[in-house]
Amino acid sequence: FQDQAEQFFRSGHTNNWAVLVCTSRFWFNYRHVANTLSVYRSVKRLGIPDSHIVLMLADDMACNPRNPKPATVFSHKNMELNVYGDDVEVDYRSYEVTVENFLRVLTGRIPPSTPRSKRLLSDDRSNILIYMTGHGGNGFLKFQDSEEITNVELADAFEQMWQKRRYNELLFIIDTCQGASMYERFYSPNIMALASSQVGEDSLSHQPDLGIGVHLMDRYTFYVLEFLEEIHPASQTNMNDLFQVCPKSLCVSTPGHRTDLFQRDPESVLITDFFGSVRKVEITTEALALARDVAGFESKFPEEELATEPLKYAEQLPVAQIIHQKPKQKDWHPPGGFILGLWALIIMVFFKTYGIKHMKHIF
Amino acid sequence: LLPALTPSHPQGINVYVGKHRSALVRAGGSLAGLQARLREVAQVMSFTASSIAAALSDRVPDAQLSPDARRNLKSSLGYEITFSLLNPDPKSHTVDWDIEGAVNRYVKPVLDKLSLVANFSVDSQILYYAVLGVTPRYDKESSSFILSAHSLPHVINPVEARLGSSAASLYPVLNFLLYVPERSHSPLYIQDKDGAPVSTNAFHSPRWGGIMVYNVEAPAAPQASLPLHVDVDMARVMEVFLAQLRLLFGLSREEVPPEFLLESPGNEGLADWELDHLLWAHTVENIATVSTTLTSLAQLLDKIGNIVIKDDVASEVYQAVASVQSAVTQLSLGHLHAAFQASKEAVTSSERAFFDPSLLHLLYFPDDQ
Repeated sequence: FQDQAEQFFRSGHTNNWAVLVCTSRFWFNYRHVANTLSVYRSVKRLGIPDSHIVLMLADDMACNPRNPKPATVFSHKNMELNVYGDDVEVDYRSYEVTVENFLRVLTGRIPPSTPRSKRLLSDDRSNILIYMTGHGGNGFLKFQDSEEITNVELADAFEQMWQKRRYNELLFIIDTCQGASMYERFYSPNIMALASSQVGEDSLSHQPDLGIGVHLMDRYTFYVLEFLEEIHPASQTNMNDLFQVCPKSLCVSTPGHRTDLFQRDPESVLITDFFGSVRKVEITTEALALARDVAGFESKFPEEELATEPLKYAEQLPVAQIIHQKPKQKDWHPPGGFILGLWALIIMVFFKTYGIKHMKHIF
Repeated sequence: LLPALTPSHPQGINVYVGKHRSALVRAGGSLAGLQARLREVAQVMSFTASSIAAALSDRVPDAQLSPDARRNLKSSLGYEITFSLLNPDPKSHTVDWDIEGAVNRYVKPVLDKLSLVANFSVDSQILYYAVLGVTPRYDKESSSFILSAHSLPHVINPVEARLGSSAASLYPVLNFLLYVPERSHSPLYIQDKDGAPVSTNAFHSPRWGGIMVYNVEAPAAPQASLPLHVDVDMARVMEVFLAQLRLLFGLSREEVPPEFLLESPGNEGLADWELDHLLWAHTVENIATVSTTLTSLAQLLDKIGNIVIKDDVASEVYQAVASVQSAVTQLSLGHLHAAFQASKEAVTSSERAFFDPSLLHLLYFPDDQ
């Protein structure tokens, strides 16, 4: 019975990925970077390795000349928690955080020269967490103060992912103003979405820090982070608890969520299904029987190294020769087309002005 | 077929399946019984409805799948196999493993036989001070440390971050880890759900790889100097790893009736009919993938009126269609190898067409903007 119950409630995923995007730059948007890095930190703590996290940040906070504490990004007042740390791996930084790159990562339509760390190599058994934060409006999200992504584009990108079975289940969390508008248009199956505020509402930031001079985090992500700090890899907390995080009394805005596209009941979805990386394991009950005294395959290359010539410093082109080189005599070439055309033009103008009868003076 | 009274086979075994492509069936009793037995042989050696569903597992509703349908590796052009030795306590153990010799002697024959299916690349590494994510419990009765079955899922995570993978290749990676427990936690045994110790002392995770715990015998002399030198018995280790490799690929058949005896494939690792079954399953999966890829590409083109299809994308699509048609024909004729090659070409072409960077719908100004 225990087995059956386990199998029913367990998701069918075998690996976890996370795509964390901070869409703002500039010093006064410190809180968006802190938001993203807090989620990054939680996700790593709960087990998702860097090779399965695609982190997109403008990354101009830690070493910003206006940062009084260089090489840090704090998420709590009184500088309790430095979320920048020394093992942050940013995959897309600065000007690489564009709508195009984000959509390329999601859909996989990426140039072949892209390294492995910048790709989302998910398959049909991957659970993906997508977290976005920044400045948004009704139906769009601003990227780096120069372009926007609309909710239709995002929904289409998710549909392209579903067509190619690039995810098993997807959790989309957005912390921007009017965030719920971004998940209104989703139409692909197995997507669950959470947003920090409804259409027409603003998401507010949490607390300014007088030492650093900016707001450190947004309210919704702050309370989500507090919630996640209680989670450890073996916890059985489910999604319904995540929906209760940050009620209106604390957040001022009304967080929303959307589960109609999701097949399983949210109560049976564990937080670690998306934020952690708990793998299904099976005991290996039998081993093969191998014959021990087998001659090995001949390795293709003989063991002894061929004697090679000792390497020495190659002779470079002597510098003196280069400096004192005389310019080469150029061979004579007949005048090129441009010169001929120029002369033809001059002659034509001459004859037009002074008439044809003067031609006999030339020829 | 053998007559019923042949004494050479042990009692209770009615079918003996050889490691090439033949099986010996003991005849006896009625014709109907024989027919049922032959059908069982065909189901074990060939395919059933559930194995078809398993090959198409990403497009079949979950309710129709058997539990082990989701565990097999997806069909891919290549796989990377990484053997890692984890030594959390180098002060106490100096571990030597002849991985190159073991790969040449035991792994290469299996991979050579599987080379029809995909390209394999093998590498190995040694990680020091890599601890498991779980603290094992001390069991007084057996005076050993125990890892219980429900703590196994959390073992892999801290190690995974340090495993690394090749930056250049995009093939799926299979990790095989050999863990030599610390002296303070030796000997370490894995217990299954019922509390019985596992004979192989190993466990595996679908689509990821396997872990084996290698216990070092306590030194005979109590005053032996640290660090102890450990020579790993690679044959024993490879027996477990290759068994896990078979499980990860789905070569081992779960639903074998009890009166069947399968001949051990020996050092080749897999029987000819198992290889046929794998090729067949991958061919079916490839054909299904190609048809859905091309269909969704066509739907994308319908949706966005002004999308530009470059000539090379068009030629990849034509090639994919031709290859998949050839694969289906070859499969119906029973030419398994030709069908598999055609399906591989079809998948390569269709993936190249679908994932071409120029087809990003953003570039074509969707109607809402």
